[in-house]
Amino acid sequence: MRIRAQIGMVLNLDKCIGCHTCSVTCKNVWTSRDGVEYAWFNNVETKPGMGYPHDWENQKRWKGGWERTKSGKLQPKQGAKWRILANIFANPSLPEIDDYYEPFDFDYDHLKSAPEMQAFPTARPRSKITGERMEKITAGPNWEEILGGEFSKRSQDYNFEGIQKEIYGQYENTFMMYLPRLCEHCLNPACAASCPSGAIYKREEDGIVLIDQEKCRGWRMCVSGCPYKKVYYNWSTGKSEKCTFCYPRIESGNPTVCSETCVGRIRYLGVMLYDADAIETAANMEDEKDLYQAQLDIFLDPNDPEIQKQAIADGIPPAWVESAKNSPVWKMAMDWKVAFPLHPEYRTLPMVWYIPPLSPIQNAAEAGQIGHDGEMPDVRSLRIPVRYLANMLTAGDEAPVISALERMLAMRTYMRSKTIDGVINTGIADRVGLSPAMIEDMYKIMALANYEDRFVIPTTHREVVEEAYDLRGGCGFTDGNGCSGGISQASLFGGGKKKTMTLPSEAF
Amino acid sequence: MHNFLFGVYPYIALTVLVVGSIARYERDPFTWKSSSSQLLRRKQLIAGSILFHVGVLTIFAGHFVGLLTPIALFDTLGISHGAKQTLAIVAGGIAGIMALAGGAMLLHRRLTDPRIRATSSFADTGILVVLLVQLVLGISTIFVSLQHLDGHEMTKFMAWAQGIFTLQSNAASHISDVAWIFKIHLVLGLTIFVLFPFTRLVHMLSVPIRFLFRPGYQVVRSRRQSPLPPRKANATAHSSLTKPAE
Repeated sequence: MRIRAQIGMVLNLDKCIGCHTCSVTCKNVWTSRDGVEYAWFNNVETKPGMGYPHDWENQKRWKGGWERTKSGKLQPKQGAKWRILANIFANPSLPEIDDYYEPFDFDYDHLKSAPEMQAFPTARPRSKITGERMEKITAGPNWEEILGGEFSKRSQDYNFEGIQKEIYGQYENTFMMYLPRLCEHCLNPACAASCPSGAIYKREEDGIVLIDQEKCRGWRMCVSGCPYKKVYYNWSTGKSEKCTFCYPRIESGNPTVCSETCVGRIRYLGVMLYDADAIETAANMEDEKDLYQAQLDIFLDPNDPEIQKQAIADGIPPAWVESAKNSPVWKMAMDWKVAFPLHPEYRTLPMVWYIPPLSPIQNAAEAGQIGHDGEMPDVRSLRIPVRYLANMLTAGDEAPVISALERMLAMRTYMRSKTIDGVINTGIADRVGLSPAMIEDMYKIMALANYEDRFVIPTTHREVVEEAYDLRGGCGFTDGNGCSGGISQASLFGGGKKKTMTLPSEAF
Repeated sequence: MHNFLFGVYPYIALTVLVVGSIARYERDPFTWKSSSSQLLRRKQLIAGSILFHVGVLTIFAGHFVGLLTPIALFDTLGISHGAKQTLAIVAGGIAGIMALAGGAMLLHRRLTDPRIRATSSFADTGILVVLLVQLVLGISTIFVSLQHLDGHEMTKFMAWAQGIFTLQSNAASHISDVAWIFKIHLVLGLTIFVLFPFTRLVHMLSVPIRFLFRPGYQVVRSRRQSPLPPRKANATAHSSLTKPAE
């Protein structure tokens, strides 16, 4: 056993209002540059839908993630290493930028500079790649916002697997939910495994997966290797980029920008301890439905004194072990079992988990015809089909999702009778296998969601990892090459040919 | 002039190639990349790039082995100069046509596709044109070679190339009487060496063969100053722990 620590994230989809604040703040901080206009390290999709990039969940098409071979070996779905190298001249599974969308801007200047005309001046779109006029925008970062587009297209959503989906196209039966997505910082990252240069690595101390921009050669195998399509090829610099989990903030104990700015307070960050030696076995379960449980099994209980001892022996700072005990991620994933990994069947062991959303009860159930089971409605009568959520979160296994939804409903019923009727309803707590104390803790963390309960982030112990003396006079964090600030002027070695952004220090 | 082009220029070109590449790798690793434009336009790239790369790499290997293998070795093995030249003409011809077809597709795409054109640098288009001209010159030499199939002409180039690498001051004299088209081909080839460190061609030097020998699939980096205690015996070899390349 080798214990490692990772900062994990949980998103409570039950509270996501789809406001895109996470996406926009992330964009402003990380990807407001040439070459990655089309890239959203964090995006919010309306489900059911094909998502961004288009059809990303269809791994038959994109070959993302891992597969278990007939002989029981675990290898990237793109193929073994020699197969990946054989595709190096042209990657057949690489999306084209139109699968995301062609980045565009509008001629805003025309609004004020237009001469006097019969018709009002308009701001027409212009491509950010070629600078040429675009007559019609056909895709965008959130093209299916609030069920935009026809059902026939949206219903090709992979998560409808095994569902009679036609009835959900009817107005009365329609349903939707939001799915904010970012890099999963997997325990078994397929992007890192398929990088021929070895430029993608997982940090031992906090589990963040990063791309070394100086080692990346632009072979672009990671873009197709990642099943979540969260590695983006920067067409301007020729290097791949991805969500950094805002590591400079995490290192100093601050939440990521998307988490910090989330107005719905749906995001949680906390330490998880896991057994690094068990990763391969856990990712290689024969039955896809066992993958969720297998991932739970490699997480280690931070309250167990044996684990604490071993963790410290394995080099995890005591403050991190202490944080792990208060980790909201541990509570939601392990104690209450309300959070799930996104698409465990990709075998990447993702570390950004999701609490499934509750939804209104179907009319029929409301009228008392079906599924009112005592005090609590049957979760199968919720508007969002359980199978849909199970396809997304547990490889199709409905039981854990049902249990999570029941626990969330039970929490509401319990708290309602406590605050309105003044009655402690232990019966409902028993029925979902929780104690009243646990339900109250759930309420505190999931419903009230105070800042200090959501974000339990220990700071990086820099004294262990770097020599301050060597760093004197350094540049700190930059976007580019050493101290250059990410701007490559025309250089001897063929850097950027045009100036792309102005630093504040140059503007004033 | 002849002595400068074939006696001195090779050393200038090789020096620029080696020193320039090392300097770029050391000083500006961020610019060291393949500069793929597949994301922007898939059309024509799949066929074009595969044809071009397979062709060019075959030709490169052929030139490397053909020019730098000592002539004595061929004689010892009993391979006649004529047979070697025939092999070079056939293999080089096929690979050359593949590379030319692929390169033409890539150049057409680079010049006519609005997205690729807008994002190409002068060096991107320029080096592709230079390589295509070199391919045309190289294929044209076949017609000259067909007029003397005994392989004698070819040994002159081998003597020259090996003379350059063994620092013989009279290396250039070996090829003083060859056809002019060979001479242009040689000068342009040396010029490609000069351009090499300043263009995207450098990605050739980072061909990721090591990927095949990387233990396991995962890469984990640690910034620890002191190493962790050794793993227990049951550890699996799924991941390899490396220190950052700083």
